[in-house]
Amino acid sequence: MSILRAILSGDPPRGRPLALVLTAIFVGLAFAPLLFPGIGALNVAAKICYFVVLAASYDLLLGYTGVVSFAHTMFFGIGGYGAGLALYDLGPSWSSILIGTGAALLVAIALALVIGLFSLRVRAIFFAMITLAVANAFSILASQLSSFTGGEDGCTFRLPELLRPGFRLVAGPFAISGRLISYYLVFFAALILFLLMLRIVNSPFGRVLQAIRENEFRAEALGYRTMVYRSIGNCLAAAAAALAGVLSALWLRYTGPAVTLSFDIMLDILLMVVIGGMGTLYGAVIGATIFVLAETYLQSLMAALNHATEGLPLLPLLFHPDRWLLWLGVLFVLSVYFFPAGIVGGLQKRR
Amino acid sequence: MSERAPLLTLNGVNTHIGPYHILQGVDLEVPRGALTMLLGRNGAGKTTTLRTIMGLWHASAGSVRFDGADITAWATPDIARAGIAYVPENMGIFADLTVRENLLLAARSGPIDAARLRWIFGLFPALEKFWLLAAGVLSGGQKQMLSIARAIIEPRKLFLIDEPTKGLAPAIIANMIAAFHELKKSSDTTILVVEQNFLFAKSLGDAVAVMDNGRVVHAGAMTALVADRDLQQRLLGLSLDRNQ
Repeated sequence: MSILRAILSGDPPRGRPLALVLTAIFVGLAFAPLLFPGIGALNVAAKICYFVVLAASYDLLLGYTGVVSFAHTMFFGIGGYGAGLALYDLGPSWSSILIGTGAALLVAIALALVIGLFSLRVRAIFFAMITLAVANAFSILASQLSSFTGGEDGCTFRLPELLRPGFRLVAGPFAISGRLISYYLVFFAALILFLLMLRIVNSPFGRVLQAIRENEFRAEALGYRTMVYRSIGNCLAAAAAALAGVLSALWLRYTGPAVTLSFDIMLDILLMVVIGGMGTLYGAVIGATIFVLAETYLQSLMAALNHATEGLPLLPLLFHPDRWLLWLGVLFVLSVYFFPAGIVGGLQKRR
Repeated sequence: MSERAPLLTLNGVNTHIGPYHILQGVDLEVPRGALTMLLGRNGAGKTTTLRTIMGLWHASAGSVRFDGADITAWATPDIARAGIAYVPENMGIFADLTVRENLLLAARSGPIDAARLRWIFGLFPALEKFWLLAAGVLSGGQKQMLSIARAIIEPRKLFLIDEPTKGLAPAIIANMIAAFHELKKSSDTTILVVEQNFLFAKSLGDAVAVMDNGRVVHAGAMTALVADRDLQQRLLGLSLDRNQ
């Protein structure tokens, strides 16, 4: 138990319901290839993994530091493009992945540092606007430099042989395929990144970030140079988002504006963090899981409901699969209404 | 009173907040190793004086010297690192963090010294009791205790404390007076306290400065002010018979 506590940086989930939900998500993801056979289910599990990292890194910014940024998908995109373009241009090797990841991290951290310096100079709302403008400019740039990035169509690339879906490490009934190896690469990388972020928020550095969020002047009066802490927080969040982007590129074997840079993804991660609970990284796990599941399966669920209510008045119309976005919206409004402090906040209160 | 140079000296300090000219030439000396009370009616500029010393507002004219250095244009974190601890009027605790985390943040130079923590628990036993509780759920008095504990968790050269008794019940004020006596006794530090409660001020202060309209209009020993009812009446507008 003390080992688990140490792994979780002395910050285990508070309350049995929360611990149970998180354990269920962990077990579901760890054994996804066994529990949910089929490529579709594995896609969903992998997407949850890298979105957990992305949402947790955004929570590092929004929930722990109190910085509202709309440029987070830009860093996700930098990671995706970094790995993707390196694999495309330098060939499908592990060194390409390393070079692409390293370059993406450097670019993401440098950009985050420059953007972060604005946080000292301007009020929160203007900082948010600046990040929006920079992210938009980056997205347009990625689309327009089509000879380099593949433009709107993005870029499809090949992975090292070990990670290719057709590769078989072990054949037979307990086959270990390249897809399985890819999944566990994404899963363990996401797990390590999440635990690292948990370590950061529970370190003395994380405590200062929370103090700045609560009362910046007070933190300064205690002798903390808030600009330095904020900038480091910005850079760490950007680096984690870029690594999430690398994981997404490795899983999808594709990178493009629609899957990394789109403003829709920015809104998605904002919702994941708010629904899960701000200021708690466990909230990002729950938010990302619920969001990706709802986004993937709500349409099929509605098709089933539509079929089941056939013959009844009005209901089949309401449950028509085309209206899934409406119901997704209703689901979010209800969750924010019933869990104003996020689902984690709600589950903790029920101790 | 010490004959050494004052620890803190304000010379003709002017501070503007937006269009308002709040401090209009404050001259103040805070002697080393003593507790100086800064008194004055509401709006006299007492809190602005403390905030100007801390660099939270910057003086538009005049100078602030601390321990031989001109800190007038310094940034707040640098002023704090030079050895000034500030307890603001609204307590400024970090409500979402626990009592322990609030104190860990204040102990900037490393782990909390165990003996000093025991001393603080002796002054404010409630903090030990609620050690792992979020500071936001403490009572007003306990928050004030935490705020002061946070300032004294490490030795500092100067403590600036803004209205420590504001909104507190008389019983808690009595505790606070006892804690300040203990603080004066146990550490060779200099304290500047802004206060409205004269009963509290006279029981603790070695020196006193009185402000009005953004200026210091009287400075001297507390005993002299306590002994002179006419001066009290003139400076503070107090008929202090019922307060004595």
